[in-house]
Amino acid sequence: MQDKIHTSYKQLEQRSKYTNMFLRWFLYLVLILFALYFIFPLYVMIVTSLKTMEEIRQGTLLTWPSGLNFDSWAVAWGGRGYGAGDTFLKPYFWNSIKMVVPAVFFSTFIGAMTGYVLTKWRFKGDQWVFLFLLFGCFIPFQAILLPMARTLGVLGISNSVIGLVLVHTVYGIPFTTLFFRNYYISVPTELVKAARIDGAGFFKIFFKILLPISAPIIVVTVIWQFTQIWNDFLFGSTFSFGEAAPIQVALNNMVLSSTSVKEYNVDMASAIIAGVPTLIVYVLAGKYFIRGLTSGAVKG
Amino acid sequence: MKTLKIDELSKNFGTTEVLRKINLEIDEGNFLVLLGPSGCGKSTLLNIIAGLETINEGNVYIDDYNVSKVEPKDRNIAMVFQSYALYPSMNVRENMIFGLKQAKVSKEKIEEQLQKVSKFLQVDALLERKPSQLSGGQRQRVAIGRALVREPRIFLFDEPLSNLDAKLRVEMRREIKKLHQQLKTTVVYVTHDQTEAMSLGTNIAIMNHGVIQQNDTPENIYNKPSNTFVADFIGSPSMNLIKGNLKQSSNQNSFVANGSNFEIPINGYDFKEKSNLENKEVFFGIRPEHIFSKKSNEGDFEINLRADLSEYIGHEQIVTFDYENQEVLAKFPSTIKIELSKNTKLYFDLTQISLFDAKTEERI
Repeated sequence: MQDKIHTSYKQLEQRSKYTNMFLRWFLYLVLILFALYFIFPLYVMIVTSLKTMEEIRQGTLLTWPSGLNFDSWAVAWGGRGYGAGDTFLKPYFWNSIKMVVPAVFFSTFIGAMTGYVLTKWRFKGDQWVFLFLLFGCFIPFQAILLPMARTLGVLGISNSVIGLVLVHTVYGIPFTTLFFRNYYISVPTELVKAARIDGAGFFKIFFKILLPISAPIIVVTVIWQFTQIWNDFLFGSTFSFGEAAPIQVALNNMVLSSTSVKEYNVDMASAIIAGVPTLIVYVLAGKYFIRGLTSGAVKG
Repeated sequence: MKTLKIDELSKNFGTTEVLRKINLEIDEGNFLVLLGPSGCGKSTLLNIIAGLETINEGNVYIDDYNVSKVEPKDRNIAMVFQSYALYPSMNVRENMIFGLKQAKVSKEKIEEQLQKVSKFLQVDALLERKPSQLSGGQRQRVAIGRALVREPRIFLFDEPLSNLDAKLRVEMRREIKKLHQQLKTTVVYVTHDQTEAMSLGTNIAIMNHGVIQQNDTPENIYNKPSNTFVADFIGSPSMNLIKGNLKQSSNQNSFVANGSNFEIPINGYDFKEKSNLENKEVFFGIRPEHIFSKKSNEGDFEINLRADLSEYIGHEQIVTFDYENQEVLAKFPSTIKIELSKNTKLYFDLTQISLFDAKTEERI
């Protein structure tokens, strides 16, 4: 009797082992298929950018390039050097950097401040302020184009990088505030009380106590803002033109304005260049991104 | 001179009254416990003493100096919080000296204080650690240390032990008691745990609905609760409150429970006010631990009640009796055998009873 029970348990054990193994391999298979599906466009882009126009005409989308040919990348970045009508990304890339760095910095900083005030220095009607800020998240880009254009005109900073910094900072504040408020609300208010008894003031508490424990949410906010601002096309194309344009606008001009043949290799290289900074930010900080999104806050 | 004096203090949050006309005084070196159920206003009162909360009416004095509008840092107080509230990004050393640095105390003095306090609390080996690397008890110690280095006039504790597990809580309770014996600094301590309050306090102020129900020594709170709320709140299980009437005859005062005609003599009871007692509706209060199964004092009063329920809790048992459809709980050693559904002889210790007016619920 004892033995019988023993063997049947063994069989069950075996069976569940096989089932588990099968499910595991199936899971991997599905995941691999999905991964391939998502990586496929990137593959096509990279491969195409490395081909010459001749190869593109003769081969298919998937064919491997004959060699590592970075000519189209050089053209995309630095142009062909024949003056008028030669559009290339380099100056606009720096425009975008000049726009995105201050815009991300200011919107993140202001969001942290407002989040701090809304959770730790509650005042009468603060939930209304928060509600209105939240409302800002749901206003479509298009709705603010005209008033913003007028504002920039009055301030005398239309068609400039500074103007775009302002637009993106203002439009980013609702999102960054939301992030920081939700993070700080789980930080015990007793920390602030303790610091007040210790003699720290409004700014000291912010800089010395709260900001040092905000790394996860800062990373989330920076990634979010960076991606939004870097990839923005609408604000860029509306509020700037010519030399002040950010990279996404330049990319568009470049791809659309080529008069003769479509240079797919250059277009692909340009598109990759325009997309690489966000990728870099993700790779560097992605780990914290997930952690920051899912983490509560500090305990104790 | 009173170390702390609270005068006619009221506080509202919008339309809700949180504290109503609070008056309190603490002498130098005393340990005052604010005790009450959650939402009674005890933590708000503590925050007001600390200066973290504004006042609607009334004043707070520290050493006879009106501090009602003084910033927390200038009140010469230190506070220990329930969540410890250690600054997560700073190590133990930085946590402890943060306040002194803000106050621009000299480096030598800071170092001296830090050494003294960290040795005293046995956290000197932990100075370089971050709060996240400390156990609950260590965090508590560091939080107390952060309060100690400032050498305040008054320590404020806001439920400092409720985040600890049961065993550690008892240990830390003793440490706080020792600490107070050694330092003799005035303490205001908020808790909802009556054992903590009883064992720590030299004075206990019991609060309910923003009003102080009784402010007295632990002994008086236990023996002479000033109203039914206090009687019910203190003690576990709480005091039996039997509804009935007083009967007065020429040479005898007695209590008759509702639905019975059995008289319990209460001649020895020390009434606050002797007049108007005849037929007064009252609660007869007797603690479960003052009901015995054997006659132990000469004055014990014998009564026969039916046992309905017995709860065994290790060293003792709690037995529920029926007294004319009112429940009466008694606490006996667990060695005693009580037969259920049968009348049992019980002995009330009548020197320990309390009587309350049934209408006002105040002690009479």
